Amino acid sequence: MRDVAVIGIGIQKWGELWDRSLRDLWVEAALNAIGDAGVDRIDSMYVGCMAPGLFVGQEHLGSLLADYLGVCPIPATRVESACCSGGLALRSGFIEVASGMSDIVLVSGVEKMTDVDGGGATYALATAADGDYEVYQGATFPGLYAMVARDYMHRYGLTREELAQVAVKNHANGSLNPHAQYPMKLTLEGVINSTLIADPLRLMDCSPITDGAAAAIICPLEMAKDLSKQPPVKVAGVGAATDRIALHDRDDFCEFAATVHSSQAAYKMAGVGPADINFCEVHDCFTIAELCVIEALGFFERGTAGKATAAGETALGGKMPINTSGGLKSKGHPVGATGIGQLHEAVTQLRGAAGKRQVKDARRGMMQNMGGSGGSTVCHILEVV
Amino acid sequence: MAFIPSYWRETPQRYRYEGNKCVKCEHKCDCEGRVFFPPRRVCDPWCGCQMEPVTIATTGKLLTYTIIRIPPTQFSDEAPYALGVCEMDDGARLTAQVVDCPLDQIEIGMPVKIEFRRIQQDGEAGILMYGYKVIPA
Repeated sequence: MRDVAVIGIGIQKWGELWDRSLRDLWVEAALNAIGDAGVDRIDSMYVGCMAPGLFVGQEHLGSLLADYLGVCPIPATRVESACCSGGLALRSGFIEVASGMSDIVLVSGVEKMTDVDGGGATYALATAADGDYEVYQGATFPGLYAMVARDYMHRYGLTREELAQVAVKNHANGSLNPHAQYPMKLTLEGVINSTLIADPLRLMDCSPITDGAAAAIICPLEMAKDLSKQPPVKVAGVGAATDRIALHDRDDFCEFAATVHSSQAAYKMAGVGPADINFCEVHDCFTIAELCVIEALGFFERGTAGKATAAGETALGGKMPINTSGGLKSKGHPVGATGIGQLHEAVTQLRGAAGKRQVKDARRGMMQNMGGSGGSTVCHILEVV
Repeated sequence: MAFIPSYWRETPQRYRYEGNKCVKCEHKCDCEGRVFFPPRRVCDPWCGCQMEPVTIATTGKLLTYTIIRIPPTQFSDEAPYALGVCEMDDGARLTAQVVDCPLDQIEIGMPVKIEFRRIQQDGEAGILMYGYKVIPA
């Protein structure tokens, strides 16, 4: 297997982009990545997208997007794993480059979510849960994560204020990110007094509905210096795992076993452990998810992530900075693009180009991208070469 | 959005709470005696377990819950409503609405039992859709 490097990244400012279509958003991000890398060709491409059929009435994204980027007849593959479609696109492209099948591969993600109304978006997102046995009964995604939060509070004594601190911290980071959808700072009172969505989760515990795309160029590490002037970032660890789709079928609602398994695979491949990671982008679709995930990744003991977050350990300058980009909460969550958005942040940090949100001496970063209520997860570890 | 064939196909689970149970496990997966809801063909591809249909236990306890304040469109007349994960006395797990109980009196661990209720209505002229909810036992 060949070593793989990221040599180009591209994104735009995410948000409610009424005047932009799915193809327009994606092509912009892809051009930004190609321009950043400075490559004069791509051999293959992957697109992570969760539900374009439901959000914009369009499937067959491989053909559409290769066409509008002007790269036909290269092979193009759409991959789907709900909200970790983007992470899975990176893993798929990694395998193609590592295997020797292709040299220069575009990996990307996109979601155009605001062409439908709130009910339409809720319906499309809910297809990531068990349709016949959760959604039929009246479950929503905030509702499923709210049941995780209720269980976590009951078992570990997590307070409402500790949970809110996740959103406060992520918005503080997002206020330093020019690509963030909601770059405003939040107060603790602002979070705990926001509208109840599904007890105990409130509006400011939830990631937003977002239009956006992100893309990256990967190639064999040994060719990186010849292909691009950018400092190559090595993809050192890759892991993916699944868990039971319905929350009710899991032995432990707070464990997030797919995150445990996928991160262990990534750590093993990179030959490192949690203590060797300098920063991590995690899938904070809801505040409670960030707490469970940073425990599942091995950064904190079970039941302690709330207190660690309240103590500032996950903030910029803390012992383990989490979601320096602002996370899904502040940066936005165009579901299929989120995993590649995490890659954009991790590469920016490892290039030392994150400006005011730069993690000091960042040498090794991690990304955790999760589908549904935790039914699928993809983790990556990136290193400065 | 409901699909009539799928609604019809799921009626054994929704009307009669039919699951299945491994009555003999010949391999190491140790699923013998385990109740599955909805029924599964296998617990893994190599387990060799013998499954028999069962009606799941209709009493159990609440493992966790939430109050849905912002509902999906088809539940807009119901909100706020409680939704919980229940473990029945035979080990079967399910997600169901918790009804006939003041919202502020629902708590983790409370005993519940299954009741047959209307779940949702498919559009203005659509079919009424039934199934299970749970009430305090």
